[in-house]
Amino acid sequence: MEFLVASAVGLMTGAGVYLVLRARTFPVVLGLALITYAVNVFLFTMGRLAVNLPAVISDDAAGYADPLPQALVLTAIVISFGMTAVVVVMALRAYLEGDTDHVDLADPDSGDEGDRS
Amino acid sequence: MNLALIVMLPFLGALLPGLMIRSGRNACATATASVTVLALGLLLVHAPAVLQGETIKAGWDWLPGLGLNVNFFLDGLGLLFAGLILGIGLLIIIYARFYLSEKDPMGLFYTYLLLFQGAMVGVVLSDNILLLLIFWELTSLSSFLLIGYWKHLPEGRQGARMALAVTGGGGLAMIAGMLILGNIAGSYELSVILGEVEKIQASPLYLPALVLILIGCFSKSAQFPFHFWLPHAMAAPTPVSAYLHSATMVKAGVFLLARLWPVLAGTDAWFYLVTTTGLFTMVLAAGIALFKDDLKGLLAYSTVSHLGLVTMLFGLGTPMAAAAGVFHIINHATFKAALFMSAGIVDHEAGTRHIPRLGGLMHLMPITATLAMLAAASMAGVPLLNGFLSKEMMLEQTTHAQWAGLPWLIPFAATLGALLSVAYSLRYVVHVFMGPKRTDYPAKPHDPRPGFWLPPAILVLLVVLIGLFPEAMAGPLVRAAGAAVTAGALPELHLAIWHGVNSALVMSMLALAGGLVVILRYPEVWARWRAGPHPEAKSMYDAVLARVVKLTQFGIHSAHNGSLQRYLALMVIASIVLGYVGFTSAEHVAGQRETLVFSPLALVLWVLLAGACWLLVTRHRQRLLAVVAVSVVGLIVSVGFLYFSAPDLALTQISVEVVTTVLMLLALYFLPKRTPVESSPVRRGRDGVLAALAGLGVGGLCWAVLTRDFSTLSGYYLEQSVPGGGGTNVVNVILVDFRGFDTFGEIIVLGIAALAIYALLDGALRGSAGARLEAWQPDMPRAADRHPMMMVVATRVMLPLALMVGVYILLRGHNMPGGGFIAGLVVSIALIMQYMASGFQWAASKMRVDYDALIGLGILLAGATGIAAMVTDHPFLTSAHDYVYPPLIGKVELASAMAFDVGVFLTVVGAVMLALAQVSRLGLVAGHEPANISPMDVDPSTSTQDQRGTR
Repeated sequence: MEFLVASAVGLMTGAGVYLVLRARTFPVVLGLALITYAVNVFLFTMGRLAVNLPAVISDDAAGYADPLPQALVLTAIVISFGMTAVVVVMALRAYLEGDTDHVDLADPDSGDEGDRS
Repeated sequence: MNLALIVMLPFLGALLPGLMIRSGRNACATATASVTVLALGLLLVHAPAVLQGETIKAGWDWLPGLGLNVNFFLDGLGLLFAGLILGIGLLIIIYARFYLSEKDPMGLFYTYLLLFQGAMVGVVLSDNILLLLIFWELTSLSSFLLIGYWKHLPEGRQGARMALAVTGGGGLAMIAGMLILGNIAGSYELSVILGEVEKIQASPLYLPALVLILIGCFSKSAQFPFHFWLPHAMAAPTPVSAYLHSATMVKAGVFLLARLWPVLAGTDAWFYLVTTTGLFTMVLAAGIALFKDDLKGLLAYSTVSHLGLVTMLFGLGTPMAAAAGVFHIINHATFKAALFMSAGIVDHEAGTRHIPRLGGLMHLMPITATLAMLAAASMAGVPLLNGFLSKEMMLEQTTHAQWAGLPWLIPFAATLGALLSVAYSLRYVVHVFMGPKRTDYPAKPHDPRPGFWLPPAILVLLVVLIGLFPEAMAGPLVRAAGAAVTAGALPELHLAIWHGVNSALVMSMLALAGGLVVILRYPEVWARWRAGPHPEAKSMYDAVLARVVKLTQFGIHSAHNGSLQRYLALMVIASIVLGYVGFTSAEHVAGQRETLVFSPLALVLWVLLAGACWLLVTRHRQRLLAVVAVSVVGLIVSVGFLYFSAPDLALTQISVEVVTTVLMLLALYFLPKRTPVESSPVRRGRDGVLAALAGLGVGGLCWAVLTRDFSTLSGYYLEQSVPGGGGTNVVNVILVDFRGFDTFGEIIVLGIAALAIYALLDGALRGSAGARLEAWQPDMPRAADRHPMMMVVATRVMLPLALMVGVYILLRGHNMPGGGFIAGLVVSIALIMQYMASGFQWAASKMRVDYDALIGLGILLAGATGIAAMVTDHPFLTSAHDYVYPPLIGKVELASAMAFDVGVFLTVVGAVMLALAQVSRLGLVAGHEPANISPMDVDPSTSTQDQRGTR
């Protein structure tokens, strides 16, 4: 099971990094979202994996999953929503301002500044 | 406490001039002066005790973990310097009142001046060297403001920049040196460090610390090879020059030499580094000063020369020489400040300070001339003035020193320096004030108002009094300061005018006679000087600077070419390299932790996730498909959270997923629906390799963590959750109680993110973006019905249910999975559905909620919960809880954390709704369709059979 989780984190990171390196804003946004998932799951796994353990304190519980990474990741999820939202909106505004969704805001047909290919 | 107040007063007082300038220039100057008078008064209260040899301490802990404490102490040396800074500062304030013209912003000037004064007093009174370093840097910064005060003058700006670059750069070396010193001594308190002489001088790090500290001191005190900044700083207004370059800033370097004298002095390294630098600077600068045509330039180089003299005295390493250095600091401050002030008067009244254009001013401005001539005579070392006394002591001390076995070298160089000093002093007197009256001055010179010449007059009075009655005027202070510098090793010292005919007197007379000869034959000497080489320090500095700038630009521009792709690729590469280095520099043993058996369900989910990732990489050009794939990943992640016993996370993730997807779809409405093929196969291959390496690294790390055992802090939280936090859902209790401060910060971040989105999109309605929106043409076919009845009805029915679920999740959050974050997201989704079903305008008109106010309200509520705890004398955000038993309902828990969670809830709802509503608003502008009056396309109450038929 651990291997599945670890490889899933690796897959999400890899796909995320590939998308982040694209030249248009939207794939970059999606890539960031993927990396966010990977990071959150990675943080979550710091408490190791636990199956079928109770979520709340009770007298007859055999044990609990580590609550601390969970609490950290919970706020991280909400914050990363905030981040994704800001990035999406930045992409949108940039597109509306510059009429291109290239990450460098330069029309790829019109100039040669920067290295894009 | 009193001591700290002396330091704080100028800083606090710096607020006054800016306010008082509204009441006129006199009020402004008076307010500024009263601040300094107050500080000086507080200082003098301590003077009797300090002169008796006491050391007064005050302070409190600031960051004890770092060794940084606000500790001050006042001993003889501190008293001497603080007295000079505040006393001369007071005279400068009065002088500046008359010097500055109507056009100069006086409030600004006094504010800068007081900031500088506070920083200087801080330097000389700090006990903690880290605190001292802070004040040290503050002097560099505030002197930058003062030197560049005349912003319209390019020389002023360049001079200020150069001063900052040199003294600030030296300050960096100083920081390093002081940290090393503190580490050797094991404390950052000067009072401790000064007692660790053997430990410090025996340490192998003594030499690096010494060199670094000396670089700091020499750059501040304009010693060779850092001497060049001081003359260029003369572009400042004269009060600044008089203050910074006679009494204070440049003295900070020699102050530190004196302060650290007990621990650093006495070694060969100290002797050769400090004495040689001082001696060389003294002679070189005196030589340059003689041939300067600019009055202030002459004085600037003479200051450099005299600082060299003091440095050389401290370098000799004998207690008597150090005492002579202390005495000369007093004398130099008095006569040099007076000289600068008189030069300022000449400049102000005659309209120029170019020496060849002056001369004969004696007849036109007798008062100024008298003052200047007395001060200059003191600088030359004429008997019966204070400069003579310390110069005698200096010459006397040089006769005991040997430089590399050459007994004649130091006395010879010192006499030469003294000779040149006489010569340039005479030049100031003869070429400016003597000679025939001229008719071609740029202005009509005359003596100014008394307020203008009174400050230098007071200083000249001191010059004469100390010269005539040295023991009565300065004896106790020199002894107290000397004792502080030498850590009590000072032998009996008695200041007197006449010591009999000794070698020092002979050298002094030689210097006077030689100086007279030089000035009588000045044209000849000058011609010989002209013929020689003149290495220009400024051009060397500029060349070095230009080369550094070029190098930096090369470094920056090759990495920073404006391409985000390149930056990101570099960042990924750097991370991979760092990770690889970390990986190879450690041992690799397979983890021993027992792994869980994998279930078929998990495998199915993994395959789905891998498929979604594959789809994203290969088909990301089809953006709608990509959004779907990302949602699939998100859903699997939330299922994974649920599977691994984290229901709170699963709930949060799934609701965030909905909101994110809606937002992305809204944005995609405007953005292109497809990504063009731009990258070459090579580029794609490179990115693929990078991505694979990054994925491999992160996945491998995760695997390594998961297969190893660990220890966690969570035991505490699990035990304390119910008794301490009053909730059985530990995750929620951690969020709202144990780590409530973190959560508080995070909802603030969320609120700021929402406001940033508001700002970004509000601006999109104007300008070129706005025009583009106005002319928007939809690039996809539209659905036939804008507001389908089925959806409207379904969402409307769902709304109360969803709201109820939201409230339920909020209320139960403390004991069951749920809480403010999840509840906020659920309620937001319910509300967003209304927007989606019936359109933005219609829904917005029905829900008159001010979302930005909601964010503020939530944060305020959460903050108020925390403050309520402080009112009852608990730390911020301490939660309280109790159980009440209302009839029928039974046991109900009331926790203050609940109010906090409501704050979280409100902020989340506000932030999510504000973000989405703003994107929808853009759609409204671009849609070119009238707002709908009714909630859906078809009104069921009025529709008939044939209406339906026509549709």
